Amino acid sequence: MSETLVDRAASATPQRISRRIRGLSDRAIAWIFIGPTVILLLAVNIFPLIWTIYLSFTNYRANRPGAEVEWVGLRNYQRILNDPEIWQTMQATAHFVFWTLFFQVLIGFALAWLINQKFRGNDLWTTIIVLPMMLSPAVVGNFWTFLYQPQIGIFNYIVTFFTGADPTSFSMIGDVRLAPWSIVIVDTWMWTPFVMLICLAGLRSIPESIYEAAECDRASKWRQFWTITVPMVLPFLMLAVLFRGIENFKMFDLVVQLTGGGPGSTTEVTSINLKREAFEKWRTGYSSAYAVILFVTVFGLASIYVKALNRVKNR
Amino acid sequence: MSSYSITEPSRGMKWTAGLLVVAYALITLLPLLWIMATGFKSTNDAIAYPPKVFFEPTLEGYVNLFTIQNRASAEQLAENPATTWYDRIVQDKGMVISGPSRFGEMFMNSVIIGFGSTFLSVVLGTLAAYAFSRFRVPLKDDLMFFILSTRMMPPIAVAIPIFLMFRAVGLSDTHAGMILLYTAVNLSLAVWLLKGFIDEIPREYEEAALIDGYTRFQAFVKVVLPQAATGIASTAIFCLIFAWNEYAFAVLLTSGNAQTAPPFIPTIIGNTGRDWPAVAAGATIFLVPVMVFTILLRKHLLRGITFGAVRK
Repeated sequence: MSETLVDRAASATPQRISRRIRGLSDRAIAWIFIGPTVILLLAVNIFPLIWTIYLSFTNYRANRPGAEVEWVGLRNYQRILNDPEIWQTMQATAHFVFWTLFFQVLIGFALAWLINQKFRGNDLWTTIIVLPMMLSPAVVGNFWTFLYQPQIGIFNYIVTFFTGADPTSFSMIGDVRLAPWSIVIVDTWMWTPFVMLICLAGLRSIPESIYEAAECDRASKWRQFWTITVPMVLPFLMLAVLFRGIENFKMFDLVVQLTGGGPGSTTEVTSINLKREAFEKWRTGYSSAYAVILFVTVFGLASIYVKALNRVKNR
Repeated sequence: MSSYSITEPSRGMKWTAGLLVVAYALITLLPLLWIMATGFKSTNDAIAYPPKVFFEPTLEGYVNLFTIQNRASAEQLAENPATTWYDRIVQDKGMVISGPSRFGEMFMNSVIIGFGSTFLSVVLGTLAAYAFSRFRVPLKDDLMFFILSTRMMPPIAVAIPIFLMFRAVGLSDTHAGMILLYTAVNLSLAVWLLKGFIDEIPREYEEAALIDGYTRFQAFVKVVLPQAATGIASTAIFCLIFAWNEYAFAVLLTSGNAQTAPPFIPTIIGNTGRDWPAVAAGATIFLVPVMVFTILLRKHLLRGITFGAVRK
């Protein structure tokens, strides 16, 4: 047996300590291994969270560090829940989350089903389709503003090619009616492969023998699809929806680069709104309360959803 | 498959499916190809109306990306004849190079912060994942869920207290601060993924080593680590890609010193309006490494993006 790192460390240290290195109990090793992770997460995640909760009850403003901090109780929460602007923001977010999920599930499942027909070269094309998902949303979102330009962007020309509309007559990110769809299109382009990959894993997990049995019973392909394929893929699909739902509820980088929340505030999703309150208007206490409300919302919705998911899984 | 199977799709079905998927893949690829092509266009070709598919390639965009330029008079140009190919490109437009741009710096920031935080999160993550996988840890499920739940907060919400905290301890706009922050964010992914990989290594290997007289720690280093190498490598790439792509924290917590490329690339502006070839050049340099890694990772992709919830 060659000399290991531990042996060398042990022989270089005094007898008493060396015994400790050699013969650490499992429990001690467990704590030494987990300790750093827990400490770092406490420092960078939990401590700030507690601080946010504290700040949400005050009128603190981060741009005036010297000013006196006053305890205001639930006033911040009250103001947020009565603010019509925030409800408009929530609507923009809901529109974004609903339609991106709708298109991604539809296209993602269809693609997965097609890829599962096992044509030649399906691996290569799957990898190509997956590419956008791994790229930086900020950099890609920024470049899409160029593709969306009314006169020089290629997107309008593609629309022209299919519909015959004048490419200079509309602006995807400048028009109040089109802008909410411009972010849906880019997000769908980027994240459909995610849903596709998960559905594909679901499809591949279905044992061949079930279809063979159905075939013996003379079940039509159509019936097989609805009674075997769909129910078996459903738990996977629901998992994909959970991931995408949480991610898109938090969406910031892509939208801020694409539309910046504009025109007006038509695409101002919650993260952008929160950033305005916290880092442009510097209403730190107020935005902390806002952050707490968002966190509770995501957490609550996600837990209800996970319960439903487990019920589908155990069926 | 050699034998005939009644569930095998028909030839026609395969062809139709193949054509549809290829069509979708090409549509997906189009914006990416357009970015790369724009990087090699001249400024005029990039904003041509209608858009140009065929053009004469030039490195103007890349030169603009890496340099700062000033307008020069005819005499100045005559006094300093171009000596290199990039000088020539710039002087053809009646400009001279006055220095390097900040893109190189920001790109290096991305590299330092990306690799630094990846290294830290993989080291800490491997240790924690091993402990979670092999030992009876009190409150194990709660701890694991706590680690996961740190990902549910919108980054902007977390950024408020972190901004205050970093300001208080002097970590704002430093490499160390960003490395720590990204490590914390990536740790949840690293622990969940690595626990899955280590769970798959049979315990019998270690037990055999323990019987042979290895200590726990030796067994971990000599038996588990080599077995988990592929898993560790793919986890590392996922962490790297995350840190590489991250924007929200970077734009709020850094400015001149430790800014990474994602917040910098959208701020590139030319002398007359937006310099799209330079932006495209920056985006290309920034995106291509990730594309290469994605292709390398394709087998573990699903696992990485679902926190190990779906394994293939």
